[in-house]
Amino acid sequence: MSLISVEHLTKSFGGIVAVNELDLTIEPGGIVSIIGPNGAGKTTLFNLLSGIYQPTAGRIFFADEDVTDLSCHELAGIGLSRTFQNVQSFMNMSALENVMVGCHLHSNQRFIDTLLQLPSIKKSNRECRDTAIELMTYVGLKDYISAPADRLPYGALKRLEIARALATRPRVLLLDEPAAGLNPRETQEIDDLIRDIAKQGTTVMLVEHDMKLVMGISDRIIVIDHGQWLAEGTAEEIRHNPDVIAAYLGEQGRNR
Amino acid sequence: MLAEFLQYLISGVTVGAIYGLVGIGFSIIYNSSQVINFTQGEFVMIGGMATVSLISAGVPMPLAMLGAVALATIVGVALEKFCIEPSRNAPVVTLIIITIGASIFLRGTAEVLWDRNFHSLVPISGDNPIDIAGAKLLPQSIWIVGSLMVIVCGLWLFFNRTLLGKAMLATSYNRLAAQLVGIEVRNILLLSFVLSSTLGAVAGILIAPISMTYSTVGVMLGLKGFSAAIVGGLGNPMGAILGGLIVGIAEAMTAGYISSAYKDAVAFIIILAVLFFMPNGLFGRKVVEKV
Amino acid sequence: MNWRQPHTGGMVMLLAVMAVLPLFLDNSFQYEIAIKVALNAAVCVGLNLLIGYTGQISLGHAGFFALGAYSSAILTDRYGLPPMAAMLTGALGVGLLSFIIARPILKLKGHYLAMGTLGMGVIISIVLNQEADFTGGPDGMSVAALTIFGWEPVTEFQWYWIAVGFLALCVWLSLNLINSPVGRALRAVHGSEIAARTMGIDTTHYKVLVFVVSAVMACLAGSLFAHYNGYITPSKADFFYSIELVTMVVLGGMASTFGAVIGAVVLTVVPQVLTVFENYEMMVFGGVLMGMIIFMHKGLLPTLSEFIGKRFHEPDKR
Repeated sequence: MSLISVEHLTKSFGGIVAVNELDLTIEPGGIVSIIGPNGAGKTTLFNLLSGIYQPTAGRIFFADEDVTDLSCHELAGIGLSRTFQNVQSFMNMSALENVMVGCHLHSNQRFIDTLLQLPSIKKSNRECRDTAIELMTYVGLKDYISAPADRLPYGALKRLEIARALATRPRVLLLDEPAAGLNPRETQEIDDLIRDIAKQGTTVMLVEHDMKLVMGISDRIIVIDHGQWLAEGTAEEIRHNPDVIAAYLGEQGRNR
Repeated sequence: MLAEFLQYLISGVTVGAIYGLVGIGFSIIYNSSQVINFTQGEFVMIGGMATVSLISAGVPMPLAMLGAVALATIVGVALEKFCIEPSRNAPVVTLIIITIGASIFLRGTAEVLWDRNFHSLVPISGDNPIDIAGAKLLPQSIWIVGSLMVIVCGLWLFFNRTLLGKAMLATSYNRLAAQLVGIEVRNILLLSFVLSSTLGAVAGILIAPISMTYSTVGVMLGLKGFSAAIVGGLGNPMGAILGGLIVGIAEAMTAGYISSAYKDAVAFIIILAVLFFMPNGLFGRKVVEKV
Repeated sequence: MNWRQPHTGGMVMLLAVMAVLPLFLDNSFQYEIAIKVALNAAVCVGLNLLIGYTGQISLGHAGFFALGAYSSAILTDRYGLPPMAAMLTGALGVGLLSFIIARPILKLKGHYLAMGTLGMGVIISIVLNQEADFTGGPDGMSVAALTIFGWEPVTEFQWYWIAVGFLALCVWLSLNLINSPVGRALRAVHGSEIAARTMGIDTTHYKVLVFVVSAVMACLAGSLFAHYNGYITPSKADFFYSIELVTMVVLGGMASTFGAVIGAVVLTVVPQVLTVFENYEMMVFGGVLMGMIIFMHKGLLPTLSEFIGKRFHEPDKR
């Protein structure tokens, strides 16, 4: 059983076709990276998978069920969560509350209970808080637990998004350039974190420009170019794939 | 039948042109600052009221008009300098409230400085109507539509043929990039207030002979101008004109054929209908969510 | 109950102020202002849920206030319903109406939403002005006295308790709402709608929910106002009143329930004080309003608590 598969997926914006008749299959478990030159359609693919964009054509399957028409929050409900290339933190809340929002699916959302602040709501609040503290500690943000989100440095916001996404208890976690803008030490920490998340059983899909990170961490790599499937394989296979070298690694690949 | 229809069309186009003029002001300021300037209607009021008071002080009409426009422009500049610029980083709602506070202040000042009475202005070329297929066309309407056309052409030339105009357009598309290529964004902001207040005052002077002028004339005109800008698509000055004409004609037709009491309601229902189908107005930039 | 929580502390303080205030009110005029403050504040508390917490502006909430007032007036007068039944019917009606409008209108964003809600308010106002057979037109209509299970409040003192009681209820409900998973979902919509959706939050559902809650609060406050005042005119549906309400929320401090209350206090009391300026009243009011917001972007309460925080606590080390 494949976890995610897409068939003939197409997304065009006016005249520009960002994703073009793309077919791919993601097996459960491990870390799968999507790479490709700038403008290859990686982020668009993520936006399609997470329901932010509706595809122009094609189908998306999640655990063999057709989820093409599900909206963003419904996809989150069946276990698909993500982070954003440009951080989308809730700057009007504290860091901890950001992660607590991630617990939304697993807390009491009944309106009448909420209005009357019934014990079940208090219990839900407590559980959310505990989970959020645990997750912030897990991603290494223990020092920021009581800080407002807008006081966090960029690197910390990146982790905060990961913690928030984990709080939804995803089966698949889509990470959109988690290392962009981080220094080498921070990148190494993110690397370790991603490995650990995968080891805990969450399938990780990664879009990342840092080739060192991608090559080291990925169990499988899928290369797309001009919105189309170009190659797939292990880091070693991709490194030696002539198509990939021609399309993407060209200049960069040779001196690695 | 036809005469009736033509009559409604004429009055619709006349007020529509005024709404459009006010709407352009909203659009220009929005473009350079993302602010909806609710004092726009007060510029209209200042244009009309200042002309009236200057004339009654013995100033000849053309000079009085110039003086009124100049006064509105000064107010516009002061508004930008003392209210908008110090609040650059405030959220949108806060900025809206600041401009509303300013408009209350200006209205209050006008009532103290002038009065609360209704004043009329003498039409520029008399009030002998021209007969068109049974409908009466006031010379003032020609002045209004003519001025609108001149202004539209002028703005088009300004935005497309002058460096300054292009700099303004560039700022509206991407503030940061504009700044990086050396455009003084602050001056652009100031300029947008100069332009909008001038246009507002002109609208106020032009409409005064038809619908009178008074201290609260700017309230409804401001709202209608805002509607025009929204229907046309915020930030698109030419869209604002079309929006103004749509709102104006819809109003006149409703007043003529359905009920004058509900003319404002129908105008707003049309606006809501447009927004429900085109959430960014007729010609607004479509926003693709980028993440 | 955790007394250290700012919510609990604030609620206790609010109740204390409400309890002590009558000692300082010594004529019916002052009571009248206090009652109007409380009713305005109740509307603002609801509106703040929508604007301050969820980040969705409305320039048409006076419409819901007026609909509440008129449904109480019309249903008691023309259809002989008992006041409480009329009030509840009105609230149900407005709840339904706002639910129907909410979905299309809240698709709009930013200034377009401002326009949409403004248009909605203006339409309500025009209908109330024009349907004179029902509403008495621009002259308004008188409203029957309120009876609560046979008891009829007559004195200003009794009305004071009804008004502040209603306000306290609204504040309590608002605090409960905010301090819950639903409340965090609302704030997440404000922070980043797109991220909220990827957290499994049905943002449309929550925007509609908060719109309806704020509309119903405004509607109930309107009903109470109508019974208290004994008379109602369409001016309460006016665009200006909508603006006034939003201004109270912004001035008090967005995303602060108690800020909304303080904003309502200031903006209801200040005009009463400014009447000494006679002709200059409007000018001074506009000037004061502008000045306060320019110098305190964040609103009165947040600015004040920041100031107190700086004065009395260690400087922030984060």
